[in-house]
Amino acid sequence: MSASTAHSVVDAKPWTRHLSSALVILYALITILPLVWIFMTGFKTPQDSISYPPKVVFEPSLEGYVNLFTTRSRQTPEYMATLPPPDNWAEALVRDRNMVIAGPSKFGERFLNSVIIGFGSTFLSVFLGTLAAYAFSRFKIPLKDDLMFFILSTRMMPPIAVAIPIFLMYRSVGLSDTHLGMILLYTAVNISLAVWLLKGFIDEIPLEYEEAALIDGYSRLQAFIKVVLPQAATGIAATAIFCLIFSWNEYAFALLLTSGTAQTAPPFIPTIIGEGGLDWPAVAAGATLFLIPIVAFTILLRKHLLRGITFGAVRK
Amino acid sequence: MAESTTRGLEKVAERAARATPPGLARRFSGLSDKAVAWLFVGPTLVLLLAINIFPLIWTVYLSFTNYKANRSARGYEFIGLRNYERVLTDSDIWQTLQVTAHFLIWTMTLQVILGFTLAWLINKQFKGHGFWTTIILLPMMLSPAVVGNFWTFLYQPQIGLFNYVIAFFGGIDPSSFSMLGDVNLAPWAIVIVDTWMWTPYIMLICLAGLRSIPDYIYEAAEVDRASKWRQFWSITLPMVLPFLMLAVLFRVIENFKMFDLVVELTSGGPGSITELASINLKREAFEKWRTGYSSAFAIILFVTVFGVANIYVKALNKVKQR
Repeated sequence: MSASTAHSVVDAKPWTRHLSSALVILYALITILPLVWIFMTGFKTPQDSISYPPKVVFEPSLEGYVNLFTTRSRQTPEYMATLPPPDNWAEALVRDRNMVIAGPSKFGERFLNSVIIGFGSTFLSVFLGTLAAYAFSRFKIPLKDDLMFFILSTRMMPPIAVAIPIFLMYRSVGLSDTHLGMILLYTAVNISLAVWLLKGFIDEIPLEYEEAALIDGYSRLQAFIKVVLPQAATGIAATAIFCLIFSWNEYAFALLLTSGTAQTAPPFIPTIIGEGGLDWPAVAAGATLFLIPIVAFTILLRKHLLRGITFGAVRK
Repeated sequence: MAESTTRGLEKVAERAARATPPGLARRFSGLSDKAVAWLFVGPTLVLLLAINIFPLIWTVYLSFTNYKANRSARGYEFIGLRNYERVLTDSDIWQTLQVTAHFLIWTMTLQVILGFTLAWLINKQFKGHGFWTTIILLPMMLSPAVVGNFWTFLYQPQIGLFNYVIAFFGGIDPSSFSMLGDVNLAPWAIVIVDTWMWTPYIMLICLAGLRSIPDYIYEAAEVDRASKWRQFWSITLPMVLPFLMLAVLFRVIENFKMFDLVVELTSGGPGSITELASINLKREAFEKWRTGYSSAFAIILFVTVFGVANIYVKALNKVKQR
């Protein structure tokens, strides 16, 4: 096989190019298959989801989604006969299984918790991170490198290693299983990423802009707000999405420190149980709803992905 | 604690202000540079001290006691280094570390080979490579717990897609093997999912490395009549290596503390065949409630990760200078 690369004087030969494109597309298709399967399973009936051989063609059903959002109870045929006709499609779907909708499930709440904690901690870490990153970028802070390393090193800590004292600490100040507690915790984890990324973005803004503003009589704070912030807007947005994705996906702390009120979706989705075992279409429906926002954000972030995953070290 | 922290911060801010050139400081109306620096860095440091460093110090403290968090009323006493002694002589811990090592070595080997190959292929810039790259990147952004949970479905004997595909191409009965239930297969089950998830990470960083190599180096090599093979070994590989190192170091740190994905896949089972260090730690701390003992183990793990992290930051700075 030829070892030529696109950089060489002679561009990659057409056949190497075709071969590489075929191999990459093959890998991409294999890698996307589990995700497609999640999506498809969400629209299967429970029977279809566990059929052998696995069904690729099936009649789509919304049963998984209905089961995800409701709790149901099984009723006797006699009781079913006494009910008035179902007033919506979801009820009708459930009645076909000899059940009635007993109420909403906890999924909505857990999803909302994910949203509140995700956005809350993202806002806080980006806010604090922007301030700190600006100071690190513009002022000659002594021991700057050590402080930056200290901030990064907090990210390296295994969550379980600090979970014990955080558990004890939260228990004693009444923060366990609260939104505020989780927001603060996720902010503390995210802030290292926010500071490192944002420092990179702010470093790229030429100093001259601010100096001009200072000469024009702006105070340092005004220059920061009116000159630096607008210039850093893209960087701030990219950083925010990274923080949001982290909080959204976080599992270890959520599992250990929350149980009800503030529980987020990741520890909840695997516990969705149907009659006689896991209700896979409902689990898949929950997973689909939970993963779709991240897929959308990943596509949005495409250009900044590299920066985000290397704490801003590798840019292009 | 809080007081000394504030004082420490003030000192930092003061030095910051003193170090800032007077040229800038003169132009201020309103807050001085010293105040701005203090105001801007302060909250972040306070938050990190309160929610990262303080708990860490507490873990160190607990590691010298026989405290049990589920019986906090009973009191506790200091037992010196006995927890550390117990951890280091516990055969379960060594078993756990072996499992972690197996997981690390295989995930890294597979991901480096696959990730580098993919990056190298993508770098040929065929039509539509941007689209396919984005598709390949998706798994690493998703929630490991939710995805890991779903993989248990793919791994079901008989009905699971994974078993079906293997059976289809391998010509064996799909219900004849259980990836998660078999002690020989379970360690590979977690390696496969982690590789599926994190190969794109290595790929993306390698791709950046490949793209950082300036064309003229290859042009010079062509002039010198270096073979493509030679060019690969003496130009491409050495120039991508710092990037690859960075990616591997980061993955080693992350996989050393791997928790969510594997908890949802196997929760350490069958038996304790896939019980990684973090999962063992969670069991000791939150199921057996051996708080002191698990704190000692946590500190040992932390020191290890911290050591690797140090190397990571050095690599980071090296790459940054390029």
